[in-house]
Amino acid sequence: MLRVAILLAGVTLFLSPARAQDFDALLPGLAGGFAQQAETVERLGALGDPRAIPLLQALADARLLRLADGRIAPQEGATPAEGATVIRINNRVRVALRGALGRLQLVSPDPAERLRAADAILRNRSAEDIPLLEAALTRESRADIRARMELALGGARLASPDAAAKRAGIAALGASASPEARNLLLAARAANAELLPEIEAAVAAIDRRLQMRRAAETFFQGLSLGSVLLLAALGLAVTFGVMGVINMAHGEFVMIGAYVTVVVQEVCRDIPALQPYSLPLAIPAAFLVTAAIGAAMERGLIRHLYGRPLETLLLTFGVGMVLQQIVRLVFGAQNREVISPDWMMGTLILPGGIAITQNRAWIILFSIAVLLATLAAIRLTRFGLEMRAVVQNRRIAATMGIRTGRVDAMTFAFGSGIAGLAGVALSQIDNVSPNLGTGYIIDSFMVVVFGGVGSLAGTLIGAFTLGLVSKVLEPYAGVVLAKVFLLVGIMLFIQRRPKGLFALKGRAADQ
Amino acid sequence: MNAVALPDGDSTTGLYLDGVSVVFDGFRALNNLSLIVEPGELRAVIGPNGAGKTTMMDVITGKTRPGAGIVRFGGRDLTRMDEAAIANLGIGRKFQKPTVFDALTVFENLELALKAPRGPIACLRWVLRGEARTRIERTMAEIGLTERAHDLSGLLSHGQRQWLEIGMLLMQDPQLLLVDEPVAGMTDHETEQTAELLVGIAGTRSVVVVEHDLEFVKALGSRVTVLHEGSVLSEGSITHVQNDPRVIEVYLGR
Amino acid sequence: MNTRRLILLGFVAVLALLPLLNLLPEEHPLHVSDFLVSIIGKWICYAILALALDLAWGYAGILSLGHGAFFALGGYAIGMHLMRLIGPRGVYGHPVLPDFMVFLGYTELPWYWLGFDWFIFAFAMALIVPGLLAGIVGYLAFRSRITGVYLSIITQALTYALMLAFFRNDMGFGGNNGFTDFKELLGMPLNSGHTRAILFYASLASLVAVFLACGALTRTKYGRVLTAIRDAESRVRFLGYDTTRHKLFVFVLSAMIAGLAGALYVPQVGIINPGEFSPGNSIEAVVWVAFGGRGTLVGAVLGAFSVNALKTWLTSVAPDLWLIVLGCLFIAVPLLLPKGLIGLIRRRGETKP
Repeated sequence: MLRVAILLAGVTLFLSPARAQDFDALLPGLAGGFAQQAETVERLGALGDPRAIPLLQALADARLLRLADGRIAPQEGATPAEGATVIRINNRVRVALRGALGRLQLVSPDPAERLRAADAILRNRSAEDIPLLEAALTRESRADIRARMELALGGARLASPDAAAKRAGIAALGASASPEARNLLLAARAANAELLPEIEAAVAAIDRRLQMRRAAETFFQGLSLGSVLLLAALGLAVTFGVMGVINMAHGEFVMIGAYVTVVVQEVCRDIPALQPYSLPLAIPAAFLVTAAIGAAMERGLIRHLYGRPLETLLLTFGVGMVLQQIVRLVFGAQNREVISPDWMMGTLILPGGIAITQNRAWIILFSIAVLLATLAAIRLTRFGLEMRAVVQNRRIAATMGIRTGRVDAMTFAFGSGIAGLAGVALSQIDNVSPNLGTGYIIDSFMVVVFGGVGSLAGTLIGAFTLGLVSKVLEPYAGVVLAKVFLLVGIMLFIQRRPKGLFALKGRAADQ
Repeated sequence: MNAVALPDGDSTTGLYLDGVSVVFDGFRALNNLSLIVEPGELRAVIGPNGAGKTTMMDVITGKTRPGAGIVRFGGRDLTRMDEAAIANLGIGRKFQKPTVFDALTVFENLELALKAPRGPIACLRWVLRGEARTRIERTMAEIGLTERAHDLSGLLSHGQRQWLEIGMLLMQDPQLLLVDEPVAGMTDHETEQTAELLVGIAGTRSVVVVEHDLEFVKALGSRVTVLHEGSVLSEGSITHVQNDPRVIEVYLGR
Repeated sequence: MNTRRLILLGFVAVLALLPLLNLLPEEHPLHVSDFLVSIIGKWICYAILALALDLAWGYAGILSLGHGAFFALGGYAIGMHLMRLIGPRGVYGHPVLPDFMVFLGYTELPWYWLGFDWFIFAFAMALIVPGLLAGIVGYLAFRSRITGVYLSIITQALTYALMLAFFRNDMGFGGNNGFTDFKELLGMPLNSGHTRAILFYASLASLVAVFLACGALTRTKYGRVLTAIRDAESRVRFLGYDTTRHKLFVFVLSAMIAGLAGALYVPQVGIINPGEFSPGNSIEAVVWVAFGGRGTLVGAVLGAFSVNALKTWLTSVAPDLWLIVLGCLFIAVPLLLPKGLIGLIRRRGETKP
């Protein structure tokens, strides 16, 4: 509502004082004879002042009154005010009203109405609309409506009998990247044989731009998938790569992170002060919850099975199964709804018409932030130092006074906590259901295997490579076949580099 | 830096290493190593920790691929073969840490090592015939494990496991034996017996022994190669290397 | 040793009696219900799958998390044959095309359906296709020395990818719904008790045959090579064995046995769909073997029967709990029962006398 008011103010400001005076001077004409009414309506329509819209609309609906004091105003309420008379119109005035209202909608304070008006002009393009559109374009501030109007303007020029206007239209359409402009140009080919070379060139230019946009959008989708894979695989890289423990329950940790987001949101719903911050609050909450579960699992179960990787794999799979079923029993099997905050909703249109969904853009940033935080934790903190020491040589680390058991538990908790963070992110773009994690776990294992175990750089590059490659393949092969191709590709890749992109070499790698 | 002349011996017989280098993440495990072991020769290799002894064994047996250099046995290029192919060429290896198959009996361990067709179908159709059985039994007697023939090898003592592994090496009937620290954890008596056994084996086949124990190396009475930082520091008789000042400095003097 | 053999013989004899007891009149005290016969028929197929998995995992150390895929492929091969036998009796009455193809607008049979109207061909395919797939995957994996958990993940990804692929309608395998509404096999109507008994005996005979064959195999030198590979693969390589070939051999054999199990399973349950490829199924098979006792053939069979008996019982009394109990089995077996039920029984046997 507020936005409309501001827009209205903006539009009004734009009008020159002279026009405002014209507007006021014209109004009495609405109450004159039918011929004067029709002329006034047409002039108001040409004037392009949005204030005329409610008046003309009221006139068309037989709700415009001449008040006792001579002023003209729309009727309010069910019956006319005392002393006021309803202004009558005839068919000629009605025709004029239809045209004028259609034109005035282009400057309506309601953006949806302006868009509709531009669409209407685009549908039945005629040269008459050219000055109108030109006038409306000088006032229009919204990019999407401007684009629409420009398209309509191009179409209208193309329909004009004047060759120069046609050329201008072709050039304008050719400068866009819209499939509709392309269709307009293609449709105009038959009627404009003499302009064929220009039209063809314009179509080719549009095709080039469309292709670029598709490539950019595919790239973005790849980045987006890659960031999701990165989040899911990062925790895995820590537990699997650094500790040599394969955690098949990792996907369930991700799922639990998503459910923590749901719970935090529901708690915040009851406390209005916290409501806008539910998502930022969910981040530490999810980290702590999953980290606690991870630490408990390491101390309680996995610790007893070090050096027996296959048994660990089965055990963690069992833990995952139990967690998944418990969540299913507690929260139900159906999807839970997560409401994204306003600042994450909507679509961002980049220059060139590249559409980017905001929440996915945020997740890309979030994944990079989590990666940097992980890196910092490993490189810069005391805990990271102890962790690296234990990885390199457990026995010597122990003799140096490092409590290796505690480091194990903390490393595992850390990796599991990252899984929880991944869950927070996934809750924004995927259905939150008990089997949320299952869909990602195999892909993230592939990332770790592909990138090389124990290398965060490998995880980063692996995740984004896999994300990009699958998005590039998908249009040609479909989602499923793309997955199959990717799997086969990784199998073949491991033939060349059995230890992944970033392999550890030397004696340490043999252990 | 290398006072020992590059070997210019025959590369078609025996073991022939020339200019072999291996680099792990910037660390030079082997640095331009050259070594010749003649057919039938017994050779002891000594050197401090990290001198590249085990890496040298890994290169010969195909576990590690060298970054540069020539590795040949009987004229065949070993750098292009995998572990199994190298083993079938007649190179047997005893590991530093004895690795026998704990879930199999002593007899079965030896039977597995016995030189015979190695393919899956051949193994499925394998029947233990008299001659092979005699060989296994003879070897068992040689390594003193006859009484434990049908015990799981997981139940053997450390020394017995070392002997079992040597027995497995013999069953392979190799032309070259690579023996990594064979007497670690053995009693003096067992050490003596092992030295006798190895000396007995040499002559018909080449034997390379890596050892820390100098008494044992003396008991072998063979040529000695001293490795240091991935290359040969000194080579000759035990008295020769013991008196080499560089050897004293890096190894014996400590 | 002799008592063990007697117990096994007794077990087989009891199983063999079930279809006969099913023929008794219903009020007879020894009557066995159709339900029990059909469910034990299923368990027998599971036991064959467990033997296949045990051969690869228990003996050779190859933990495949994708054996369900080989089972399902065997099932699909026989399912294709059963679909072809429906002929014009389908809902759409098309003389050649199965219903789902008519529905999806196929005009002729895809080339890879050719030959499946012969039972022998379909049965051979039920073994060859899983064997071939295992051969390709195994070759790529073993050659580049992918072992342990890496191999497990690759095999799991394999069955996952196959599941996604079989869900697609344009694969020509009935998509989501898979195959069902079978009518007959080898001229016998599938809904008759007589046919059910024959299928039951065929499965039981296969179980016994596979059990004996696997037993014979593990007692050869090849079996000992596998054990050695399981415990110290690189050492086996230094002995001159090309372990890639050995592992490939056992992996392919195991996949073919799993295919056989699937081929016996589908006519008995009357349906096959992509859900059979779900990674969960393969994992469940792993728990049978682990719970029964891996590395022993009796353990695999025992595990398949006992875990499935537990599942049947639990899913009828407390369906929500089944997954939790199954998960707890995964947790408890490695920690408390590393040698499975068989290990427990043997330990009892050793301490008693």
